[in-house]
Amino acid sequence: MSMNRREFLRTLAVASGAGLALSGCSLLNRKTFRRAPSDFYEIPPYGNVSLLHFTDCHAQLLPLWFREPHINIGVGGMKGRPPHLVGRQFLEYFGIEPGSIYAHAYTYLDFVEAAQFYGKVGGFAHLATLVKHLRAQRPGSLLLDGGDTWQGSATALWTKGQDMVDACKLLGVDVMTAHWEFTYGAERVQEIIENDLAGHIDFVAHNVFDNTWEERVFDPYVIKEINGVPVAVIGQAFPYTPVANPRHMIPEWSFGIREEELQEVIDEAKENGARVCVLLSHNGMDVDLKLASRVRGLDAILGGHTHDAVPRAMEVKNAAGTTLVINSGSNGKFLSVLDLDVRGGQVRGYRFHLLPVFSNLLEPDPEMSAYIEKVRAPFKDRLDETLAVTDDLLFRRGNFNGTFDQLILDAMLAVQDAQIAFSPGFRWGATLLPGDPITFEDVMTQTAITYPTATLNEFTGEQIKIIMEDVADNLFNKDPYYQQGGDMVRVGGLRYTMDPTADIGHRIRDMELDGKPIDPKKKYKVAGWAPVARPVEGKPIWDVVAEYLRDKKFVRIGRPNEPKLVNVAGNPGYEPIFA
Amino acid sequence: MNLARRDVLKLSITGAALATLPIGTLFPARPVQAAYPDNAFQAKEVAKALQDLFGTTDTSAGAVKIKAPDIAENGAVVPVTVSTGMDGVESITILVEKNPSPLVAHFELGPRTAGYVSTRIKMGETSPVIAVVKANGKLHTASKTVKVTIGGCGG
Repeated sequence: MSMNRREFLRTLAVASGAGLALSGCSLLNRKTFRRAPSDFYEIPPYGNVSLLHFTDCHAQLLPLWFREPHINIGVGGMKGRPPHLVGRQFLEYFGIEPGSIYAHAYTYLDFVEAAQFYGKVGGFAHLATLVKHLRAQRPGSLLLDGGDTWQGSATALWTKGQDMVDACKLLGVDVMTAHWEFTYGAERVQEIIENDLAGHIDFVAHNVFDNTWEERVFDPYVIKEINGVPVAVIGQAFPYTPVANPRHMIPEWSFGIREEELQEVIDEAKENGARVCVLLSHNGMDVDLKLASRVRGLDAILGGHTHDAVPRAMEVKNAAGTTLVINSGSNGKFLSVLDLDVRGGQVRGYRFHLLPVFSNLLEPDPEMSAYIEKVRAPFKDRLDETLAVTDDLLFRRGNFNGTFDQLILDAMLAVQDAQIAFSPGFRWGATLLPGDPITFEDVMTQTAITYPTATLNEFTGEQIKIIMEDVADNLFNKDPYYQQGGDMVRVGGLRYTMDPTADIGHRIRDMELDGKPIDPKKKYKVAGWAPVARPVEGKPIWDVVAEYLRDKKFVRIGRPNEPKLVNVAGNPGYEPIFA
Repeated sequence: MNLARRDVLKLSITGAALATLPIGTLFPARPVQAAYPDNAFQAKEVAKALQDLFGTTDTSAGAVKIKAPDIAENGAVVPVTVSTGMDGVESITILVEKNPSPLVAHFELGPRTAGYVSTRIKMGETSPVIAVVKANGKLHTASKTVKVTIGGCGG
């Protein structure tokens, strides 16, 4: 189905009507929001080579709420430059009007009221409509998927990624690369590539090598012809998969950024006739920006991993010219449209749009809707169980604890009877509004991984500090190549002060438990989950959280346990909201 | 570039170099030339190891390339390749500054051997990995930090 302009306008009218009614019936709602312009999804075609890109959808087939962070601090050369801008400072940098639909899409500002006004985001049926609409105007365009597609929901976990594999085939994905996909294990990844993707979706990753023979495991790139122009799409899987996720699930494979090998692949693709060369990347945006400045011959990097939604293509200069770097957010909330004008074998110009996917502004695609309903049906009863109701906004994106993280930590402390709790700083960000029920599916959306075991260990104060310093350095190292892209480990029980600008070993200070300083020699009971070193038997984290919620029935978080931050005044990646 | 030739060279060099590795090897110890430099391998500091090995710590930054991961996937086996285009390469040495004994490997190369060695080293913690190439009697060096991390918590 391709939606024409008239149908679009009609949908918009319905949506704005709903929005007006909503603000009219709430006297307390003093915020004013402007409706989406009627031509919100009318992007005039440009040039002759079009690439559509989404990334990090984390298996979210249905529309959801998604709050952008209020803390995304950049240090060193990354301070104050995209993507390290939040809230008002984000709007100012990009010239976006406060109170507009774009302001709501890109920032956390007035999140609850704006979310109620504009409605949910994402959803594969809505995304499918938008993809079809744009592709109808852009014959020959490619749809690229940056990975983190097969992980992130209960149904993805329970079908070992199959629900998403089939959804992506239906959506018309042409090329993909990967990260969390690898956590289903090497065998499952190869099985899907051979049985499901072959002939439909090219799975590319130039930076995955066999440990023994140092040979590539996957095709490094694919050349697709778009309107007579040969376009090379090179894949860059998440370089630190065996570090950030369990290596034992992919014991034979080695990753890495592999700048030199990438240069060789670019040169080879050009020798093989490619006139346009792009990198489909799961590096994270800081790494993309550095890589773009050092590698020659890439026209664009279409990136993901750090879930940054950046509305402008960054133009990065290097020895051979300019490389565009775009990052397309996460969770199905955004679709990027990169239109290139290619003449005489060269890119002469470009237009870039990062389109927020607002479910109220798009008719769901009937075929995709039917598919989603079918694939969810066998699990429906389990998914729909309401465990509790939240009184607070539950969000997760940001460098430090969000309220949803805090809920997970509170559950771990209570159920596992621990003094301190650690929860991974995954950048997933599905959000619940005050008054929303918390279903078992919601809990799975926050926790569904293949190594979910909840753990309880005894660590000395010194060990706790080492762990926290290690994670902090993976986030705030001044050289992006030493970052892993996750946010700071979420910490429950323990309070601390953090200086993101310091070096490793000096960022974490004033660690306290119940008002007393942490003793380096003393042992503490520390709860955790998602162990990476080796498989651990035990209760999965979702059962810990579900047990806690069934007991609580009603959730109120208040202020999450953010560290006290120093040396961040004036940093445009920081807007304190709990101060 | 002739891959086959390079690979063969690489294999033969690795074979020869194993004799000077500090750890037990599958090959019977048969030193290529000088006696096994016990003192250098037991040295607790980079400078001491260099002094024991070369009789000097006088090195200059040179045309030496280290290929190693930015973040080690497994600190117990970190792949490191050292290469140089210089002529007259006599030896290639790899040190890890923060290992308890920094000298990790010392390869003595025969005449007209290409300046290229590739091996896997063990690292206890994040540290500069230092390569020293001795060519025409002079020491040339390069360094690259390899991070060893606890892991987990990736986005």
